[in-house]
Amino acid sequence: MAGEATKAIDKSLLWGGGRSPFSVSYGKMMMWFFLVSDALTFSGLLVAYGYARQAYLGAWPIGEQVFHALPGLTGNFPLIYVALMTFILIISSVTMVLAVEAGHRMDKKGVTKWLAYTIVGGIIFLGSQAWEWSHFIHGSAGYIITDTNAQYFLVEEVPHGKTAFDVEGFSLIANMGEENESIITGDKATSLFNDRINYVQGANMTINEYGPPQYGNFFFFITGFHGFHVFTGVLINIIVFIGVRKGIYEKRGHYEMVEKTGLYWHFIDLVWVFVFTFFYLI
Amino acid sequence: MDRDDLIVNDSYSVNARHDESHGKQIRKKIYFVTILLSAITTVEVGLGIFIKQGTDFWPVVKWSFVIMTLIKAGYIVLVFMHLGDERKSLRYVVLLPYAIFILYLLFIGVTESSHLNDVWREFQP
Repeated sequence: MAGEATKAIDKSLLWGGGRSPFSVSYGKMMMWFFLVSDALTFSGLLVAYGYARQAYLGAWPIGEQVFHALPGLTGNFPLIYVALMTFILIISSVTMVLAVEAGHRMDKKGVTKWLAYTIVGGIIFLGSQAWEWSHFIHGSAGYIITDTNAQYFLVEEVPHGKTAFDVEGFSLIANMGEENESIITGDKATSLFNDRINYVQGANMTINEYGPPQYGNFFFFITGFHGFHVFTGVLINIIVFIGVRKGIYEKRGHYEMVEKTGLYWHFIDLVWVFVFTFFYLI
Repeated sequence: MDRDDLIVNDSYSVNARHDESHGKQIRKKIYFVTILLSAITTVEVGLGIFIKQGTDFWPVVKWSFVIMTLIKAGYIVLVFMHLGDERKSLRYVVLLPYAIFILYLLFIGVTESSHLNDVWREFQP
């Protein structure tokens, strides 16, 4: 058994086989394995997204043209909001790693402080995502589809329950984004609006004003699945925070629980880095 | 040659401790990575806003996005998640299966979707 162990390891820490594979505890190793499987899930979603987008003849919407609003402000701010969300998540990842570092020093006060910041960061991120979803679902002015299957984009939205006559100077844009793009005003515009077969505004699971139906579906599923991870991450962080406050880990002699939830939390940040690039930037 | 399979009590994850001076060093590294990640994100957002898709520069920007993302991911996994400090065996157990599956999946996805795109282009009215 020469070389098996240079120093006796506490027996209570060893696994059934009498040794500790990879020199990590069971919980931490299983967290890693869980994260690998979760990473495969997210990668599958992102590859499916890329597949649909690549196959769609370039009709896919561009991130900076869809996500360009800020709460409470009018105007064009491409990507600024989602960049802020990214910063929030990166910073909360940093506070988490600082909590882990404090745990290695058995610094209960430090762990409490940094873990609290992490939870706050996570909640702010969730709130931001709620606003973004709401904005995505309600959309902007939208477009109408006529019985000849032509699309006319509205310059100004027609509020719910109102008609085109209620909008002053109601006008439509024909052939949006093409060379013969033109503006239709007056009676022709209002009669086109009245004869529409559908008024598409914002997004739902079957149709959206931004691009192909799959675009909305992938947006809801990928950011939703990620948001659900953030939500559970915040919950687990809160549970561990209570444990830290109660001194459970202090009594146990190590703060490995903080390290394990930390792994999960960093993984959420990691996924967002990829979602940010492939959904919003490219 | 260093043996990687030895279990030393100090290196066991639950017993990983460090003192204040070593902690300072670790925090310095954390702050360095924070600044790096923020800087890369700022550059990405800047490029995303100012370089429009479809321009001559776009393919370069697109691939630089991918590279920057991988750099960010590497720092998060190796420093924040401490995978860089784990044993070599654990590193490979985590990274290799993932890499094999995903590289293959990417290959299938890109090949198939490009082909589909070609076919649809051909039959477009």
